[in-house]
Amino acid sequence: MSRLPIFSLAWRSIANRRGTALLTILTVAIAMTLFLGVEKVRHGARASFENTISGTDLIVGARSSPVNLLLYAIFHIGDATNNITWETYQQVANAPGVAWTVPISLGDSHAGFRVVGTDNRYFEHYRYAGQSQLEFASGRPLEDMFETVIGASAARELGYSLGEEIVVAHGTGSVSFVEHDSNPFTVVGILEPTGTPVDRSVFVSLEAIEAIHLEGPTGGGTSLSEDELRAMDLSPDQITAFLVGLDSPVAALRLQRQINTYRVEPLQAIIPGVALSQLWSVVGVAERTLAAVAAFVVLMGLICILTAILTSLNERRREMAILRALGARPRHIFVLLVSESALLALAGAIIGTGLTYGLLNLGAPVLEQRYGVHLSDTLPGLYDLALIGIVTGASALLGFIPAWAAFRNSLADGMTIRT
Amino acid sequence: MSAAPAISITDARFSYARKGPVVLDIPEFYVSAGERVFLKGASGSGKSTLLGLIAGIMKPDSGRIEVLGEPVSELSGGKRDAWRAERLGVIFQMFNLLPYLPAGANVMLPARFSARRNAACAQAGGAEAEARRLMTRLQLDPKRYWSSPPTELSVGQQQRVAAARALIGSPGLVLADEPTSALDADARDAFLSLLIEECAASGAALLFVSHDGTLASRFDRAIDLSELNRAGVRA
Repeated sequence: MSRLPIFSLAWRSIANRRGTALLTILTVAIAMTLFLGVEKVRHGARASFENTISGTDLIVGARSSPVNLLLYAIFHIGDATNNITWETYQQVANAPGVAWTVPISLGDSHAGFRVVGTDNRYFEHYRYAGQSQLEFASGRPLEDMFETVIGASAARELGYSLGEEIVVAHGTGSVSFVEHDSNPFTVVGILEPTGTPVDRSVFVSLEAIEAIHLEGPTGGGTSLSEDELRAMDLSPDQITAFLVGLDSPVAALRLQRQINTYRVEPLQAIIPGVALSQLWSVVGVAERTLAAVAAFVVLMGLICILTAILTSLNERRREMAILRALGARPRHIFVLLVSESALLALAGAIIGTGLTYGLLNLGAPVLEQRYGVHLSDTLPGLYDLALIGIVTGASALLGFIPAWAAFRNSLADGMTIRT
Repeated sequence: MSAAPAISITDARFSYARKGPVVLDIPEFYVSAGERVFLKGASGSGKSTLLGLIAGIMKPDSGRIEVLGEPVSELSGGKRDAWRAERLGVIFQMFNLLPYLPAGANVMLPARFSARRNAACAQAGGAEAEARRLMTRLQLDPKRYWSSPPTELSVGQQQRVAAARALIGSPGLVLADEPTSALDADARDAFLSLLIEECAASGAALLFVSHDGTLASRFDRAIDLSELNRAGVRA
């Protein structure tokens, strides 16, 4: 028997019912777009989460829980339970094997954006997404007392440019009752977007933090002039946390143990990667739920195909009888319906994938520019091909149901044509 | 043409359910090669069942059916399907055509299903040339109707497309199941003439089933199914 035109017949048959077929394909395409979209956002979120901080070997703060320290020191969520003394910080900073440290002092905010008291080593040593360094979109690092460098989102959302004068508020809420308004800060630098909490930060010097709190933590600030302030020793008594970089990362575990067992005050040191994955295991539940929902949407798309084909079967008994009379075997009828089911799913999956990547490519520049979220793969990859294959295969499998029904019909009908 | 008879049935019995009533009980039925036979039967007399048995879509419970020298009743399901694709042409009462294929593609379909019929067409210059020739013979200008979807054809034109499809690739036997019942008198006579002519030209035997006895005179031989079938006619 010659090669059978079953696939082309299946295709012509679908084309003949193009109204229903298009709707069915559209359903699958939308389901596929949703699924892939959720997958992309999932991976993007995870990657940008994991990329929040790198190049830092230890984060040190007062003893609480690793996730808590990570949240307040890096993600600027929640508050520190306690501070650590400047002396302790100096001890660790001067310990053998420590290459650099970056102090962080938190507790103030500006218009809902966290104020980070630190020094220029922050811009030098902070790394995200592997080896990416903080870059200045405009301006320069901190040089004088009441100067500030702001993150990309803060600058964009507040509409600030270089030279803007801003007032820092006590506390970390978006509504503040106490403002350190005697000592406005001048914006001298704006950072490039990074897709990390850095974008939402306002950086000032540790000395400035100390200065605005000289006359009590909740006052309006200090009335002393800048020259008077400069003459004073404004080394802080305490800071919130600090980042540690080591000469050799191998030493991290040993130093971590030493810090965790430090007798003078209760400290804890965390390894960023370990804490990040602990945190992700909490956040990941939502992520997996989302993925499960998306998978069910795809399943619904496939059931749509099944419904459409089963509904069409009765009106197609004639078609099957004609094919049988022309020499089609029952298994050809079977293949006809299975391939129809697979073709619909394949078309839907391909369109859905195209749609997803079309949207991603349209949206990628905006995401990159505004949020610093870098979507690495904007072309379909092996994963997407495999997914198209799985959806098509699953649909073909579901196609066995109508195929079996048609197979039995065609045996029962024989040469009789039913209308 | 082979000298084997077109149809030879001996003691064939058939019932749809295992213990159901016997629908067909034919002691003997014979059609010679190239013979054109008219089989008269009222609806419900079992004629569709008989055609199903001859075409090898169904199998008799007992007895032997030989068609074009092939013991159809002995063949396996797959072999019967393959044999049917190669040796038979079938015309139904109406709506013969696959609605999603244009007229020409409908005519060529058997050649795509069967290597043997495709080979038979090749001698005449290929399946498409043969399809166009048959359409012309059946007075459907292929230049005009080749790409027409079935919905744009009249019932008479559809039946002629079906006849061309049944005849493509020189089948040994054409089964026609009331192909004229949906046609008016003029179209019916024209269709019948063309069908008989073309069967004669290609040497195919023709078994034409109808309830309309007035057509019988056009055939070599006429038989009444009720005389042939010993099983009681269903109501």
